[in-house]
Amino acid sequence: MAEEPAAKPFYSVLILAFVCSALVAGAAVGLRPMQEANRQLDQKKNILYAAGLYEEGKTITELFASIEIKIVELTTGQYIPEHQLPPESYNQLKSALTESGGHPLNSEDDIARLRRIEKYSFVYLVKNGRQIEQIILPVRGKGLWSTMHAYIALDGDLTTVRGVSFYEHGETPGLGGEIENRKWQEGWRGKQLYGSAGGVNLEVVKGKAAETGNEALFQIDGLSGATLTAKGVNNLMEFWFGDHGFKPYFNQLNLKSQMDK
Amino acid sequence: MAETKSELLLRSIFKRNPIGLLVLGICSALAVTGQMTTAFVMSICVTLVVAFSSLTISIVRFQIPGSVRIGIQITVIATLVILIDQILKAFYFELSKQLSIYVGLIITNCIVMGRAEGYAMSNPPIPSFIDGIGNGLGYGFILMSVAFVRELLGAGTLFGIQILPLTTDGGWYVRNGMLALPASAFFLIALLIWILRTIDPEQQEKN
Repeated sequence: MAEEPAAKPFYSVLILAFVCSALVAGAAVGLRPMQEANRQLDQKKNILYAAGLYEEGKTITELFASIEIKIVELTTGQYIPEHQLPPESYNQLKSALTESGGHPLNSEDDIARLRRIEKYSFVYLVKNGRQIEQIILPVRGKGLWSTMHAYIALDGDLTTVRGVSFYEHGETPGLGGEIENRKWQEGWRGKQLYGSAGGVNLEVVKGKAAETGNEALFQIDGLSGATLTAKGVNNLMEFWFGDHGFKPYFNQLNLKSQMDK
Repeated sequence: MAETKSELLLRSIFKRNPIGLLVLGICSALAVTGQMTTAFVMSICVTLVVAFSSLTISIVRFQIPGSVRIGIQITVIATLVILIDQILKAFYFELSKQLSIYVGLIITNCIVMGRAEGYAMSNPPIPSFIDGIGNGLGYGFILMSVAFVRELLGAGTLFGIQILPLTTDGGWYVRNGMLALPASAFFLIALLIWILRTIDPEQQEKN
């Protein structure tokens, strides 16, 4: 190869870096609105799926019209009025990371290994008149490799699971990744969240769930080869339906329904 | 080179298959061959990336200083891969969710760099482009063959459509769990290489 001037590699690399970064940045910025729209549509689809309201052939916006979006303060369980925090501009995951919108968790409480939790959470309600028919809650927690995100739909009794939908995770495809499998998610339907003592009893077991008896109500089929993912799922359930999650909100709802009577 | 364009395109599918003869790109061939659909999309993505990275590198091959050529090749490849990933996310969201990590891994797919360094650096743009497409198709051919066996016997489906009724759904076919795992692709690829080299003894290495 002919002798080349010492400066030439620098120029070539500089020009290349400039052109490539312009291309990448251009694509990322130019396509972001569409990607964002896709992501939101996908979230809505998963909410509908968890609630068992998803129907093939109808648009998601159409189906979503029956769902009421609310924001709840996790510690008190009170609704935040819309004018104070408009749902369309609230970003739950981002606000967990901010100083004003979230706070760190200490290690004993942090079973789902989130490190920080937001102050306010979305809740999605399906109502029949004034009665809450279903309530869909966003939950998340660490699995083996990644944070797993899901929606869980509960019945108006606040303990019967209507459905679940894991929609974002980075678990091993084919093993832990099977949490995404709709068939496995079907197995959650009708299970009971809280045991008689008031704690979260529902868990993903090893192997097959019991088919009869009291245990059958609280057990979900295990995923073979995914012990740690299953453990992560159990942890996130325990966390989000415990005192740092939606428990205060459930207490408020129970209080309200007692007062109504 | 005396090869015609169609020879250039076809030789990478059987005679000089990147997986079969050169044994490159094995890692992703293990990962995405569990389902025909993902294998198909992955083949298309890799074909596009190899073709365009070879084209780009061939166009600027006289400007690339020898001392930093590998870095430049990687940058070009990485840029193309990110572009494809972004486009998938914007227009084919469902697919991009399935492929998410694998698309990023195209950057480290040895075939792409192997063709950039081994062919595009010393050949004109059009043949480089065709060579890229050929190699992508060769890669796709192996991927689809492996995925066909793995999905059919491992899950009883093809492209997600149930072909063999599973015992778990009340059918007669007991699915083969081993084929659902990535490692099984090793056996299948080895078998394919064996078949290829038996049909065409020229590919056999001399002792």
